[in-house]
Amino acid sequence: MAGMLQLEVATPERMLLKEQVREVEVPGAGGALGILPEHAPLLSEIGNGRLGYVLADGRRKWMAVCGGYVEVQPDRVRILADRAENADEIDVNRAAAALKRAEERVLHPLPGVDVARALNAAARAQARLTAAKSAK
Amino acid sequence: MPSLIDIRRRIRSVKNTQQITKAMKMVSTARLRRAQERVINARPFSRMAGEILRSVAAAAASGAASSGNAERISENPLLRARPENRVQLVVVTADRGLAGGFNTNLIKAAQQFIAERSDQKVELELLGRKARDFFSRRPVQISGELTGVSLTAGLPEATVLAEKLTGRITAGETDAVYILYNEFKSILTQKVTLKRILPVEVEAGPQRDYIFERPPAEMLAGLLPKYVLLQILEAFLESAAAEHAARMTAMDAATTNANDVINKLTLYMNRVRQASITREIIEVVSGASALE
Repeated sequence: MAGMLQLEVATPERMLLKEQVREVEVPGAGGALGILPEHAPLLSEIGNGRLGYVLADGRRKWMAVCGGYVEVQPDRVRILADRAENADEIDVNRAAAALKRAEERVLHPLPGVDVARALNAAARAQARLTAAKSAK
Repeated sequence: MPSLIDIRRRIRSVKNTQQITKAMKMVSTARLRRAQERVINARPFSRMAGEILRSVAAAAASGAASSGNAERISENPLLRARPENRVQLVVVTADRGLAGGFNTNLIKAAQQFIAERSDQKVELELLGRKARDFFSRRPVQISGELTGVSLTAGLPEATVLAEKLTGRITAGETDAVYILYNEFKSILTQKVTLKRILPVEVEAGPQRDYIFERPPAEMLAGLLPKYVLLQILEAFLESAAAEHAARMTAMDAATTNANDVINKLTLYMNRVRQASITREIIEVVSGASALE
């Protein structure tokens, strides 16, 4: 279809999404990328954050993605995410608790605590919360 | 001649066995469907990752060729092919038997692999209780084992194993890694499959002019371990589906066989009963005629 993008989001365990969309917003490793149809081919890593897309009927949807790769072709966007969840599947309370726990660990590191891992966990929780909040 | 009671007892025992095999067959049938779904769900990601890897590899190779550091990529320990003196073999078996030739075929293939490479040092990474039980009593080198998860192994288990294997090859402790598992061909057939997962073989894909946010060579270094992980995950999922299928077929055959045995025993029991009735009649008749 002209003026549309085929968006595919997959995780190692399942194909999460396959949809015709008008626009995609990808959390690239170096900042958010907005992708419209006829975008030049691009390969990039993605970070932790919210992935947004606009359906054919104009509705905007969000999901949380954590790490992975994005491949852009003029007529399609493929996301290979290590983890991904639809915004309405996210357990906000759990994510908030995870964020709090991770922040605690970063601010007051106990011996034996892996700060890099805690930072990463915080980023993942933050990604989930942002995606869930955007969906409201 | 066995007595009627003995034969009845045997029939009852075979019937009990048949109930068990029938139940196992039904359980496997139900679980097979889920296992197959897991295999199918994992496929798109694998395929897409393979395509991206090929594109990146092509770009990295051409980028390296133009900047004159071609050897830098081929020096990546996950890609560099080298003489295979120390080989690691991952053997994926089941935790339980009663699945026909599922485990035996695989273990035979593993032994053959070791025999073919008698001049090399082969280390085994064992998955499933069957492989461990077999090889732990034999003079082979075992680098690790994981049991109790043959049917549920998924991403977490694959991640741990992939990290260990890529770590070992990066540290130069081993030269190549092969994986041996049962591939799910159809419900009736499983194929013992041997794959080399490290060093990774990448045939360069079609060269497209991608915009790269980072140098392709760096991206390649990040992609390779993921690709290894995917291949391990695929083997786990395939093996689980194959195990269910093998058990289903084996238990179906066992149920049918039990039926045959029951029929034969019933026939025999009736003959024995008839024979004893005939004998009694003869005794009565001859007894009566003796009195005349």
